[in-house]
Amino acid sequence: MKRDFVALDTFPKILKNNAEIYKGRPSIREKEYGIWQTTTWDAFYNRALLLAEGFYDSGLRRGDKIAIIGDNRPNLYLSIASAQILGAIPVPCYQDSVASEIEYILEHAEAKLAIVENQEQVDKLLEIKEKLPLLKNIFYDDPRGLEKYDVKEICSLDVILDKNREMNIDLDKEINKTSKDDISIMLYTSGTTGRPKGVLLSYNNIVSVTSIACEIEKTGPDDEVVAYLPMAWVGDNIFCVAQSYISGFCINCPESRDTLTLDMREIGPTYYFAPPRVWEGMHTQLMVRMQDASKVKLWAFNFFMKVAKKWGNPILDKKNVPILARLLYGLGYFLIYGPLKNNLGLTRVRMAYTAGEAMGPDTFLFYRSLGINLKVLYGQTEATVFVSLHRDGDVDPNTVGPAFPGVDIKVTDGEVFYKGSGVFKGYYKNEDATKETIDKEGWVKTGDAGVIDNNGHLKIIDRAKDVGKLNSGNMFAPKYIENKLKFCGIIKEAVAFGDNKDFVTCFVNIDLDAVASWAERNNVAYSGYIDLAGQSSVYDLIAMEIDKVNRDLSQDTELNDSQIKRFLILHKELDADDGELTRTNKVRRGLISERYCMLVDAFYNNKNNCFIETEVTFEDGRKGSISADLKIKDMNIYDLKDQVA
Amino acid sequence: MSLKNQNLISKSEVIMNIKNINLSFGGLKALSGVSLQIKKGEILAIIGPNGAGKSSMLNVISGIYVPQEGVVEWKGKRRNKIAPHDIARMGIARTFQNIALFKGMSALENILTGRNILMKRNLFMEMLYMGLGRRQEEEHRKKAEEIIDFLEIQSIRKTPVARLPYGMQKRVELGRALALEPELLLLDEPMAGMNVEEKEDMCRFVLDVNEQFGTTIVLIEHDMGVVMDISDRVVVLDYGIKIADGTPDKVRSEKKVIDAYLGVG
Repeated sequence: MKRDFVALDTFPKILKNNAEIYKGRPSIREKEYGIWQTTTWDAFYNRALLLAEGFYDSGLRRGDKIAIIGDNRPNLYLSIASAQILGAIPVPCYQDSVASEIEYILEHAEAKLAIVENQEQVDKLLEIKEKLPLLKNIFYDDPRGLEKYDVKEICSLDVILDKNREMNIDLDKEINKTSKDDISIMLYTSGTTGRPKGVLLSYNNIVSVTSIACEIEKTGPDDEVVAYLPMAWVGDNIFCVAQSYISGFCINCPESRDTLTLDMREIGPTYYFAPPRVWEGMHTQLMVRMQDASKVKLWAFNFFMKVAKKWGNPILDKKNVPILARLLYGLGYFLIYGPLKNNLGLTRVRMAYTAGEAMGPDTFLFYRSLGINLKVLYGQTEATVFVSLHRDGDVDPNTVGPAFPGVDIKVTDGEVFYKGSGVFKGYYKNEDATKETIDKEGWVKTGDAGVIDNNGHLKIIDRAKDVGKLNSGNMFAPKYIENKLKFCGIIKEAVAFGDNKDFVTCFVNIDLDAVASWAERNNVAYSGYIDLAGQSSVYDLIAMEIDKVNRDLSQDTELNDSQIKRFLILHKELDADDGELTRTNKVRRGLISERYCMLVDAFYNNKNNCFIETEVTFEDGRKGSISADLKIKDMNIYDLKDQVA
Repeated sequence: MSLKNQNLISKSEVIMNIKNINLSFGGLKALSGVSLQIKKGEILAIIGPNGAGKSSMLNVISGIYVPQEGVVEWKGKRRNKIAPHDIARMGIARTFQNIALFKGMSALENILTGRNILMKRNLFMEMLYMGLGRRQEEEHRKKAEEIIDFLEIQSIRKTPVARLPYGMQKRVELGRALALEPELLLLDEPMAGMNVEEKEDMCRFVLDVNEQFGTTIVLIEHDMGVVMDISDRVVVLDYGIKIADGTPDKVRSEKKVIDAYLGVG
């Protein structure tokens, strides 16, 4: 159904309209007590009015902030809708945050009410309640364990929803008062650098961007989406909430985090979003399980996966494919791809996205070859998600796609800038940071280094601050190289060096599981990680993978100089307990190059081995040391001319 | 320490009064002269060294063993020999030291078996799935689902229990006992063989059951940390004799208890 989003320019107005045109159709579903329970658009709207009334009675007024903390639950989505009806600003927080993190956000946002999922969150808030004088009431969704709490500020949402009260406020009027320049939602960025910042997004930002996205993918009221990503993340607000408002489709809330896969299979979403690690996890699990299958099945799987690899993508891209190949692919679909997709709960998926990190092209193409229309998008909270996006028929696993309609992208000094209708209104109470991020002409700084390729696709290389220069003057982007290495599966972690150097070198951590299984199959005896990592056959194995990466890099004019000339396999795994990785498993570059400076020096002093002793922290906190004599291996470097035939 | 008000419990009514029990198997004396009161709403732990008579005591409470001497009163009335299904009807449910589930059935089905005693039978209606049969099915499924929700075992609802890890099986067994909607819940070593995390979960469930449904709980447990943390009252047995009875703090400092556990030097 086509609607004009000029008059319907805010979510409360759209919701009211949805209650009329999608009357009786599902708007949100939740699995509870083993049964999917559906709320229709009209029921959702009526409940939202009821709750808005309750919030008003609790003192929530236009412009006030209301914190939302919990897993994806219908009542939390409802609370967002109700707050918006009143012109208040919802502030969703990450449900895993510890009390002190929540305290910072609630204090900074000056939240007046908090709507939380359960006892766990109530306990967190009660812990910090005294430091938050502005926080008046806490409403909870799940009453379990909370009956005996004797705190007057806490109250169940059901109490408000069940109450028959006189209307103290004309909500229709309130809905009409909302305008497209009002702030729709405030989202705190996760804060990998410094304190989290509150990103203000207006209705205009979200409605304009989302309606374009819905247009591109032709989403409609029959689509289904499973809401499982954190509500505090911008993606959940766009892919689930905003798109559901605009297209009228149904949001499905899984029963619990543990049941997600089962719930996915039951719902069969048509629209699925997952970060690369989820896709990669599914792929690895599948491959491991296939190893246990009977010979006939394994043979059929391997045979048809080859077929899919060759023809799956062209078929998905609607290219010309010989009729016999089509028939073979069809047979494969019947025997392998279909059942496989069913097992993953992806049978009905019409559009699938990934974003956030680089994804291995092999994994990416694996899903596409099964007929799953997986695409990459690149975005930021500050852009209301969309900066660039793959389009049907124009998908390249190495890029993040061409600019999103209405968004301009430019690359200045290697850094990506964009502007468009989705650009946020500013950081809450942080003028300086806003000015630093948006320049006078409206260009927003992403902090990412990238290039635009010949097809107009944006290619993200690294965080801009990590990008350095080789002595030859060419760009050095460590993460880009490391990601390329990590895609092969036997390299778990890699750290590349090259800034202000003549050539690129790298440390490698082998993936113990993968290499151990290789060692078993090839009769390589070893006693443990250190022993395995030092074996020359393992060095050869890794060298083969690095050689592939070097060949790949040699074809790129800009990155030709970034080929890896020397490498070594570290004697220990980089570990968050030793401070070498962050808790989210990102490499701490500075610390590693300091701790292992001996090894880095050995790289550039032409040594062929280096003795090192390192202190390690065991899981129980004890410390010990391990030492090893590490070999350094030299690699072939390819010229641009040597392109692989 | 339990969060509950100790005074509240000490004043509350006694639901089971056990007086001067003597239980022996042939020449072996399992319990001699034990008296014990179970008060409504409390969590009572029975502890003691191996062979102290803890399980025998639990079996006396549940009515499986009938002592040779002594009186067991349930809610003020003397209780004599009793059949197992009548024990269940009285509102007493238990879990076992060695899990006793139906291995081939799913978690949900196992929990439903706990409703058995509450179901009214009408073969004809059940075959046609109509009338009473249908209403009952819905009612009992609803109750079972509430328990699944309570114990947070949604993800294993349809998994055959034989495939579940040990800690999960224990949780399903607790679920089955809860399905009976018992007044008195007997737990025989609910935390045995569990890892720290599973123990913490189980502790929380035991406390929640007690708090939310007001169920009286008697448990046998070896993990002293657990016992001291969650119980309102502790009874210590040694060689079939009760040597201490009181709050965890009081019992902990009693000389007889220390001697029984550490040996007399």
